[in-house]
Amino acid sequence: MNPSVTFGGPLATALGLVGAPLLLGVINKTKAFFAGRRGPPLLQAYFDLVKLLGKGAVYSRTTTWVFCAGPIVGLAATLVALLFVPLGGVAATFAFQGDLFLVVYLLGLGRFLTVLAALDTGSSFEGMGANREVKFATLAEPTLLLALLALIRVAGSPWSLSPTLGNISTASSLGTAPVIGLVAVALVVLLLSENSRIPVDDPNTHLELTMIHEVMVLDHGGPDLAFILYGAALKLWLFATLLAGIVVPVRTGNLAVDLGATTLVALAVGVVVGIVESSMARLRLIHVTHLLVGALVLAAVALLLAVGWSR
Amino acid sequence: MALFFTGLGTLVGSGVMAALCYRRATLATRVAVTGAIFGAGLVLVPALPTLFGGGTLVASLPWSMPGAALRVGLDPLAALFVVPMAVLGVLAAIYGARYLDPAHANGTLGVHWLAFNTLIASMLLVVVAQNGVLFLLAWEVMSLSSFVLVLYDGSAAEVRRAAWVYLVATHLGTACLLAFFTIFGAAASSFDFDAMRASATAVPAGLLFVLALIGFGTKAGFMPFHVWLPEAHPAAPSHVSALMSGVMIKSGIYGLLRALTLFGPPPAWWGFLLLSIGVTSAVLGIVLALAQHDLKRLLAYCSVENIGIIAVGVGLGLLGKAYGLPVLTALGFGGALLHVVNHAIAKGLLFFGAGAVLHATDTRDLNRLGGLLCRMPLTGATFCVGSAAICGLPPFGAFVSELLLYSAAFVAGTTGSPALVAAAAIAITGLALGGGFAAACFAKAFGIAFLGEPRSAAAAAAHEVGTPLTAVMLVLSVAAALSGVLAPWVVGSLAGAVANASGTSLNGTTAGLGVAVDGLFFVSLAAGILIAVVLVLTLTRWLLLRRRPIGATGTWDCGYARPSPRMQYTASSFAAPLVELFQGVLRTHRRFTPPVAIFPPSATLSTHTPDTLQELLYAPIFVGISNALASFRPLQHGRVQLYVLYIAVTLGLLLLWSFQ
Repeated sequence: MNPSVTFGGPLATALGLVGAPLLLGVINKTKAFFAGRRGPPLLQAYFDLVKLLGKGAVYSRTTTWVFCAGPIVGLAATLVALLFVPLGGVAATFAFQGDLFLVVYLLGLGRFLTVLAALDTGSSFEGMGANREVKFATLAEPTLLLALLALIRVAGSPWSLSPTLGNISTASSLGTAPVIGLVAVALVVLLLSENSRIPVDDPNTHLELTMIHEVMVLDHGGPDLAFILYGAALKLWLFATLLAGIVVPVRTGNLAVDLGATTLVALAVGVVVGIVESSMARLRLIHVTHLLVGALVLAAVALLLAVGWSR
Repeated sequence: MALFFTGLGTLVGSGVMAALCYRRATLATRVAVTGAIFGAGLVLVPALPTLFGGGTLVASLPWSMPGAALRVGLDPLAALFVVPMAVLGVLAAIYGARYLDPAHANGTLGVHWLAFNTLIASMLLVVVAQNGVLFLLAWEVMSLSSFVLVLYDGSAAEVRRAAWVYLVATHLGTACLLAFFTIFGAAASSFDFDAMRASATAVPAGLLFVLALIGFGTKAGFMPFHVWLPEAHPAAPSHVSALMSGVMIKSGIYGLLRALTLFGPPPAWWGFLLLSIGVTSAVLGIVLALAQHDLKRLLAYCSVENIGIIAVGVGLGLLGKAYGLPVLTALGFGGALLHVVNHAIAKGLLFFGAGAVLHATDTRDLNRLGGLLCRMPLTGATFCVGSAAICGLPPFGAFVSELLLYSAAFVAGTTGSPALVAAAAIAITGLALGGGFAAACFAKAFGIAFLGEPRSAAAAAAHEVGTPLTAVMLVLSVAAALSGVLAPWVVGSLAGAVANASGTSLNGTTAGLGVAVDGLFFVSLAAGILIAVVLVLTLTRWLLLRRRPIGATGTWDCGYARPSPRMQYTASSFAAPLVELFQGVLRTHRRFTPPVAIFPPSATLSTHTPDTLQELLYAPIFVGISNALASFRPLQHGRVQLYVLYIAVTLGLLLLWSFQ
């Protein structure tokens, strides 16, 4: 029996649970390198989490239970989604036909509660962040599904993430490269927008009016903020590993090699994000729409090519 | 079937009794609600075993009506509609008994309950009718009784206008149905559905399909024919809106599905047409919903979206039949039928919640609400569940129906036919955009109405509504969660209805649905894990914070020391950036008084998004018709003697014509 079938999934999930905050460290180190600074330690996100978990909390008198439910459901939904996402060729803990819809909608559930928690404070700033978040997420959702459909076509697999990613290396040939390339570009845009990175949102900005994700969680503190931070790290990990599994399909069959290679590529994705953040400013909010629609068009073209390829 | 008819009789009989004792409003309400509970209960006795066990119950009674026969049949497809109609009917009756205050009813309550129980009975009769004439009669009774229900608060001009729009729209739809049944029945020389099915090859199928699409689509609310929904739903009392939006508009979907079973194998363009209508309704419906600030109008437009989602499913199912893909057929029809049930649950819940808000604050304007969750905890919690459920978020039921529809689209998208792949891409984009906008729409609806600080004195003084109302909403919340958590079982028991609707064998349907059912186990598993993780995290948070200082303060105000509730984000501001994306289609009216001079005294901005189609298409047409008909006005002068003369002359002319 192939060990990657039995232990691979849980091992990959555990790797994500432990390694996700490291990705934030890699991004920040890269940005520090380009800025000529030493930057925060690689493990800073872990320190932050521990510090926040040890703190008390202050709540706005306007808020209700929804405000506390936001971080909890947000983290829980991302955690459950992670159980269905394969790490490159290593199948996820659970896989079934249609798991990609479950992953997309679980992330949607987490976002919905985060947005409600933001509206719960009654602050205009958080209302602004909430509405930008839902707007960009709405435009991102069809792109992800169309890109995955194109990928499933070239992989010739059932519509489930694990077999699709597992099939990519065997199906890979010069013919599929354009499809995979377009899908990868679309996914990079999605990764940046879904995880609130530059050029869509600046995680380091200090002006409430211009923020998206950060302003939604402005009133959270203590363990709640720790949950949010960890949830965001897991979501970034989820997208980074998905992208890594597509662009560098290492499928040796050896569990350690496959896991290690995809993880390394995922960290390299972190470096790329850091380079993007160092080399460009954020877009005006109007242009973000254009960027996301552009990604949707790329995904549609990928699908078009995939139709031609399989016939 | 005897029980079924007894149930219908109980419904109508108790309605008549309620109307007879209209002078005593409390008694009338009690009689009607008791009748509704027993009548609907009796109907469920044969319907539930049929839905889950399969088989068809038929009954035929002689009737002196020409061309008609009292033929009824209860198959799984009919039972799938009967069950939500009966259950939501009972819940709406219980809710309405408390919602309509007998003390202020001034005698109209008896008529209201007669129409209410008649509406339930006629909807039930529509879905079991197996004869065209019987079907049309039941359909007309359904339309008229719901018209009376919309007109409950007829003293308000806007209510009268809404009821009028509804009456006109529904009769234009019925006119198409009349043509449909007449042409089909003439070819079959019988109005019995079985006879019509037997002569399906002898009719102009394309024309009849379009007639059915317009006729049933008007009732269901397909996009170009949807204009009555956003008028009638807000005007009706909330329990009536729940019933109309939850199940009555589904009779249009039922009619379309039943009509499709009368034809032979469908050509591909039927599927493409229905798919395009569905995607248009889904996306534009929810964008229009997002642009509304009236809570019930928002919910009405959201019904247009969900009807669109159902149409996408039926369209994909038809494409499956046209291209010979049984899995696509099963998943498309399965997703559509499951969404019928899930939408009935979620939309019923949301309209009941909106009714509770209206009851407590006397306004439907989102911009005057806010902070209701503290004041109405149960209504708020159930409205939150309903919002998540209607957006198709796991672990609620509508997620499962969307999963089936996405699966159907992916089946179509992985075939070799470019046309099917294009259809799949359109369906996926439409469903995903619709889902995203739905999340935005309900984040707005729940967030602005229930969260933050109250925006008006009425909202600040709101109190939780009484027990029957909250109990009804709790029941529906539990149903919304159960239909998601028990997904494999729910979808498995759909097979009979899907087989009826798609006209394929039960075994083939079960095999097709099986593709998804195997995976749905994991959906239930994920729901279980999600709930467990949420509990663990809640416990962790509680343990961590147990012995630590918890402060309470104002929301972060960015240094501005005197924020007021009026400075919160409003429904208009939340929707504006999203609605701007569709500026080409929507014509949002802005009334803007800019701040002028160095010390501006005041400035205002308000937005209102009317229905583009209503403004640009229907209004000019109806004005034109009205002007053209004005030239006949001299004929209508109010002298009865001359009217009798008209009748006599007409009869004479007809006589001459028949003799020639």
